Amino acid sequence: MARAYLIRGLLVGLLAAVFAFGFATVFGEPQIGKAEQFEIALAHQRGVAVHAPMVSRGTQSTAGLATGLAVTGTAIGGLFALVFAGLHRRVIRAPARATAGAVAGAGFLAVFLVPFLKYPANPPSVGSPDTIGHRTELYFVLLAFSVVSLVISVVVQRRLAPRFSGWDATLLASAVFVALVAVAYVALPGTNEVPTGFPATVLWRFRVASVGIQVVLWGTLGLAFGALTERQEAAAVGASAMAEVGAER
Amino acid sequence: MALPHVADQPSIPIPAPVPLRELAPWAALFGLLFLLLVYFVGVEQGALSMFGGHYVHEFVHDARHLLAYPCH
Repeated sequence: MARAYLIRGLLVGLLAAVFAFGFATVFGEPQIGKAEQFEIALAHQRGVAVHAPMVSRGTQSTAGLATGLAVTGTAIGGLFALVFAGLHRRVIRAPARATAGAVAGAGFLAVFLVPFLKYPANPPSVGSPDTIGHRTELYFVLLAFSVVSLVISVVVQRRLAPRFSGWDATLLASAVFVALVAVAYVALPGTNEVPTGFPATVLWRFRVASVGIQVVLWGTLGLAFGALTERQEAAAVGASAMAEVGAER
Repeated sequence: MALPHVADQPSIPIPAPVPLRELAPWAALFGLLFLLLVYFVGVEQGALSMFGGHYVHEFVHDARHLLAYPCH
């Protein structure tokens, strides 16, 4: 069973990356192009020589982007499948499509949105090479904190569910998550390295495109993984009750 | 994943969860592998570097920016 989930997760992750690549090409790349133009114009203004990149822009925006998204999408798909396998019918007692939707929504929230709202995506030419170490550290500290907070809030929900209604328990657990994240937002230092004169519309559209890519990634994962799993379960149940106990894989 | 043989008795339509004992080795091994893959796209040759140079960083440059990893 674990193996079947894993393979399904990898394939669905790759599919998600294909959709994300289409989205990124249409909505993300034009903004990266404009940011690169700004960088070049700024260098000219300062009289600094502009070196041709080691990998051409044409390769970065096509094969490079596709590779980066494919690797990330497949890896996230695999991690998604492992988490799904651990929770489905154990912690989340719901049909596969609902479990997959919940895991995808939680992943989008904890792995992407919470770190993003404090340390948003930046186009090229925003961000100093001198602070990359510090910024990376902060980003992953917040990401780890966010994931731990999510786990804590799920545990809280499970503890409260017998005493309150499921709905109230979920609301209280959500409040715990929001409170924990708020503490981290206040405690961690902010960063802002947008250079003076950088076009605001480019920054805004780049960040919206960045959110869109993640919606496409996690949305495809949740919908496709859930639908495929439910179809497989229906087939397995139809075939035999005993076979489903795990003996067949 | 449909099984080839036909049902010979009515079944309970609730499959059991994957046993944790079965899942654990998969999760440990592949979980690390997947995190390593994310690292290569998101961080390698930026803040941290296993291999020298900038090729990995430049090649996945656009994906790294668009996926919201800190970059420059």
